[in-house]
Amino acid sequence: MTKELAIMGIMVAAAIGPAIAIGWIASTALSAIGRNPEAAKNVQGNMILGLAFAEAIAIYALVVSFVLKFV
Amino acid sequence: MEILLKAEKIGEIGGLTVTNTLVASTCVMLFLMVIALFIKKSRYDLKSRFYNFIEMIVDGFMSVIEGVVGRGRVAQQIFSIVVTFFFFIILNNWFGLFPGFGAIGFYEPKHHTEDSGETSEHVVSEEAAGAHNEEAIEGEGNKEAEGGEHGEAPEGGHEGEPEMVFVPLLRSANSDLNMTLAIALVSVMFIQIITIRSVGFKNYIGKFFNFSSVILFFVGLLEIISEIVKIFSFSFRLFGNIFAGDVLLIVISSLVPYIAPIPFMGIEMFAGFIQALIFSMLTLVFVNVSVSHDHS
Repeated sequence: MTKELAIMGIMVAAAIGPAIAIGWIASTALSAIGRNPEAAKNVQGNMILGLAFAEAIAIYALVVSFVLKFV
Repeated sequence: MEILLKAEKIGEIGGLTVTNTLVASTCVMLFLMVIALFIKKSRYDLKSRFYNFIEMIVDGFMSVIEGVVGRGRVAQQIFSIVVTFFFFIILNNWFGLFPGFGAIGFYEPKHHTEDSGETSEHVVSEEAAGAHNEEAIEGEGNKEAEGGEHGEAPEGGHEGEPEMVFVPLLRSANSDLNMTLAIALVSVMFIQIITIRSVGFKNYIGKFFNFSSVILFFVGLLEIISEIVKIFSFSFRLFGNIFAGDVLLIVISSLVPYIAPIPFMGIEMFAGFIQALIFSMLTLVFVNVSVSHDHS
């Protein structure tokens, strides 16, 4: 029971940061595209790269919780 | 629903343990080799559509790399390894989405693990424990037929008979930490070698061990840590993404077996592409950072 709670806690805590980061990245990228629509393609590529980095932080926590759950 | 963090062992060749991820990555490797042979065959044949297609891809990658590190010797040196990382990772990720991964396999008596906390009540007889390795390899068909009867049997099946576990024959190669750790090590070693080649051994060592002032000494320590952390961040990012994708697909297809997994397959294809891109781009960027470190 404590293990399940720990896994839950890890994922809840680790989802907050990347969620904020992903929202921020997408919103600033969209406003950049809105200001300068010609650069849309360039901004989009970099945005996806940034999104993947932000997502990776949640993935680290996911790995930790997988290790707790399945090992 | 059986999810294992570790790749399952399916056999042994001369003391080398063969896991199902090894089989999958070998398939991808052979595929890449065959493609390479085809390219070699049609080289400089300007009428060949295949050759022109490949040349287009190579040209595109070269322009991306030159856009980051600039035209020159470094771009030529790192081109091959960056593109190899990209194709190897993306093909492994997409290959792991094929039907049959995690589904085709055989049944094997459960390993008697000593490190499990509680001692199980029924002890597997010694003959069964000793003979199960040979049986598992040679008598696959036999085992499958036998295992079909109580394949879904929960823990603690019939008494006297060893419990059967399903061992899939194929598993997405990047959902094994050994695989991603190996690629990450190759990548980080490559970064070091390229750096030594372009800035010289003395400058390279000087980046890590600098005794001219206290602050620079601690900066050197931080540089060492950052090189080690690169290995972990590379390997855990790729492993976590692909393994989480596999688990997601398993969970979704156990909830709604028929239509629901299709959009998630699309997401996984995109994630596989993005991870391959991230891995090769990061290698590129790290090379660029460490090569231009001492020029300024």
